[in-house]
Amino acid sequence: MAKIIIDGHEIEIPDSERLNGIEAARRVGIEIPHYCWHPGLSVVGSCRMCLVEVGTRDAKTGNISMMPKLAPACNTMMTDGTVLVTNSEKVQQARAMVEENLLLSHPIDCPICDKAGECSLQDYHFQYGQDERRADVRPFTSRRRDLGDRVALFVDRCIKCTRCVRFVREVAGTAELMVSQRGAHEEIAVMPDFPLNNNLSGNVVDLCPVGALGDKDFLYRQRVWFMRTHPGVCTGCATGCSIRVEENQDRIYRIKPRENLLVNKWWICNEGRYGYPHVHSDRRLLGARRRDGQSAVELDWATVPGELRERLGKAGRLAAVLSPHLTVEEAYLLCQLVRQYDPRALLVLGPVPKVGEDERFPGGFTISAEKCPNRLGVEAIVAHHTGRVPTWDELISELGRGEIRGVWVSGGYKTDWIAETKAKKFEDLELLVVQDLFPSPLSQRATYVLPGAAFAEREGSYVNRADRLQTAAWAIRPPGGVRVEGSLYWELLGREGLYDARTVLSEVAGEILYFQVAAREIPETGIDLKANMLAR
Amino acid sequence: MAHYEPVLLANIHKKDSHTLAVYEAGGGYRALRRVLKEMNPQDVVNLVRSSNLRGRGGAGFPTGLKWTFLPEGHPGPVYFCVNADESEPGTIVNRVQMEFDPHQVLEGTILSCYATGAATAYVYLRYEYPLCYRRMQAAIDECYQAGYLGKNILNSDFSLEMTIHRGAAAYVCGEETGLIESLEGKRAWPRIKPPFPAVEGLFRKPTVVNNVETMACVTHIAGRGADWFKSMGTPPEPGNPRDPGSYGPKLFGLSGHLNRPGVYEAPLGITCRQLIEEFGGGVWHGRRAKAVVPGGLSTGLLTEAELDTPMDFSGPGKVGCLGLGTGCVVVLDETYSMIDFLLNSCRFFAHESCGQCTPCREGTHWALQMLRRIKAGRGRLKDLDLLLEIGDSIGIIPGTTICGLADGAAWPIKNAINKFRNEFEDHIIQTNPDGYMVTEPVEALEDPQQRDWPAVRQPVSA
Repeated sequence: MAKIIIDGHEIEIPDSERLNGIEAARRVGIEIPHYCWHPGLSVVGSCRMCLVEVGTRDAKTGNISMMPKLAPACNTMMTDGTVLVTNSEKVQQARAMVEENLLLSHPIDCPICDKAGECSLQDYHFQYGQDERRADVRPFTSRRRDLGDRVALFVDRCIKCTRCVRFVREVAGTAELMVSQRGAHEEIAVMPDFPLNNNLSGNVVDLCPVGALGDKDFLYRQRVWFMRTHPGVCTGCATGCSIRVEENQDRIYRIKPRENLLVNKWWICNEGRYGYPHVHSDRRLLGARRRDGQSAVELDWATVPGELRERLGKAGRLAAVLSPHLTVEEAYLLCQLVRQYDPRALLVLGPVPKVGEDERFPGGFTISAEKCPNRLGVEAIVAHHTGRVPTWDELISELGRGEIRGVWVSGGYKTDWIAETKAKKFEDLELLVVQDLFPSPLSQRATYVLPGAAFAEREGSYVNRADRLQTAAWAIRPPGGVRVEGSLYWELLGREGLYDARTVLSEVAGEILYFQVAAREIPETGIDLKANMLAR
Repeated sequence: MAHYEPVLLANIHKKDSHTLAVYEAGGGYRALRRVLKEMNPQDVVNLVRSSNLRGRGGAGFPTGLKWTFLPEGHPGPVYFCVNADESEPGTIVNRVQMEFDPHQVLEGTILSCYATGAATAYVYLRYEYPLCYRRMQAAIDECYQAGYLGKNILNSDFSLEMTIHRGAAAYVCGEETGLIESLEGKRAWPRIKPPFPAVEGLFRKPTVVNNVETMACVTHIAGRGADWFKSMGTPPEPGNPRDPGSYGPKLFGLSGHLNRPGVYEAPLGITCRQLIEEFGGGVWHGRRAKAVVPGGLSTGLLTEAELDTPMDFSGPGKVGCLGLGTGCVVVLDETYSMIDFLLNSCRFFAHESCGQCTPCREGTHWALQMLRRIKAGRGRLKDLDLLLEIGDSIGIIPGTTICGLADGAAWPIKNAINKFRNEFEDHIIQTNPDGYMVTEPVEALEDPQQRDWPAVRQPVSA
């Protein structure tokens, strides 16, 4: 147990933790400004913004002796008796001078800079800077240079904290970025013909404390203060990174990683980061439709539940395809729904998209080959109802036998997922309900086409490949004509009130051993279901 | 001053002084033979500690103490680096040593490696010293042949491999950890400490970095003993237990406006005036000195009145300089412009700043731009205070940067402006009586009512 004092606050830090000054100060609610330090990267201590006064307290006498030197808090490890002073005049003066220095050749083009509003340079200048510009160095406009397909560099905005350089070396392991030149002429650069094109490249934009690195996908599209952020879970692959979805008026502008040391640390891959445009695609299915012979009839959503109930009741032997894109709650409700009409209904796991191999990075980050968020969760639900997990191929061969008369297919895939030949097998059914994002060979043959919701439009839980259950809130409302799967199942099951994922999850937790721990409140970082692995 | 017989420079006037034969004829490698036979490494460390030898590279850190920081019982390897990246403006002593007496340096290095338990030594040599490179390489080759280097040196169980690494012309490589990074093949960005190199240095192993001249001193301490070494120099200040004193001989490189510039040897504690008068032959053309750089550009300036400062590790510090530095004196005569001096100094440090820490990267550059403007006749009086403040923020306030380069940049600014403020003010007033500054964005904001001085003013010496 280390006792330390920060600005007069005395706190204790357990021996198991090794904290530096910045982290320790956060424990008492003091923010030490910093640029170059990042918890996920090595310490270089070069920005000099986190300079504080450091001293030690003698354990016996209780006397405090301060070092005459200022020291960077990022490289000052907390040991017993460490004393930090973060707000003395000396410290403030040093901070003001660093701020002034950083702004010497900074173009101060905040009005046209994407980072404005979430820029450390801006924030710290207001808090710690001086109000007069004494420099006679003429500010220039920022030269823009492309570093890769996704990232642009605004050369003069850079404060040379080298976070991006360290990231590509330490976490991505690809080391495309470097510092060229020396002294005040320094620039971040890439070698010709070796652009910054790794699959984690988008993270350097998040890491950049100023507006030097711009995300070309987001550049000039929205001011950050207009956007609302919603905690979510990335559904791009089975890793299930914690993300923040940032939207304005139901339009997603960007996706940012959310710190989760147990899953993705501070990073997300480009696939997840730029994997949202399908949400706003023109191709999306909108409005419920029924096929009568060759023609399709647009349906009013109000009549849909009634019609579906009737058709489901008459169809005979049923089957349901549970997409691995469904949330745990939705999968559970869909199982219940189908089993309500046919207690022997076949429940199968939808096709699991797999692309290539897992991509692992030296920093510990993994992009899964399995491009769906919830295979484990859906499998557990299906296994609970049927005792095993029937596969998609099983359904196809079962369809050939002609016993099954009605099928409910939930989709939610971003890409084409079913081929014409496979879809043909669904032709002779009494009832085919297809819930999907995009038209497919299957939706053309469906009796009922029900548009499905995209990931940011749903609430619910996903189980990632490490059996971690994470909950996402909905970030945007679905476009007109789309009804979120969960709420439709909820209504079809005749439940009262509005769909509430939490209620369903509690039911699931009570009923299925695998989900037992989910009965508790789910923290932001998710909850580990492995504790009940033996029960599976 | 009594006649002083040079020790470090004893060989340099001999013919072929850089060869092993000449060095051995003068008693070379005798100390090494004796030490390897009679002393164990810890004895050598104790010997150097008891001599109070302080590093000659500039900071004056006690060498023996530095060696004791190596972690005990470390599985190794331990690396030894000789810092021969002598690039401080005005400094030339290491070059003379390596060109004319490389074996003296090598013997000290071998002894130091023996003391520290290092099996690999690197000589980090400045690129611009081609003759040094050839002579040092030749000397190392000779040593390998003669059995002073390689496996089982002189039939002892001590082995040492030595390699010369040539730098790529960066001043910052002379900084201990910058040197280490550069040796590792990286950009020479000094590392943040802790961990110190003694614990985690080259290739993340314990490492000692010592200066060339320090190595030569080790040779003679091993040969003549600590008492001989302590017989000259300045004893510690009484009542200051942290002062190890300034003992031993020191090489002083004299340059600038002198009649006889060159490298001379004298015991520490000789005054700057003695150096100039007795060794340097006085200021040229019968002029007076205006200012003197006591020990390499980064140490600051002594005025003519301060020339009686003793040149030891604490002397220049007492009159407002950074310290002794490398002991290389640059004399500026009375006709020399201090604006030019400071401009030159700032240009050097702005060019050589490695660009890692914000205060140094931006501050040196800012100071340079301001001085260029002053030189070009567009200075303002308030620029001087601003320059002093930049100096404070980059180097005078301790701890604002990772390494000492910024300190070196700051002291000339502080000394030149504090000690020669009149000259700067005169220059500004004469060249820019209106306080007019041509930098549009700032000019537009400037309020003409708030000028530093009345708009019309007679030039001082018109």
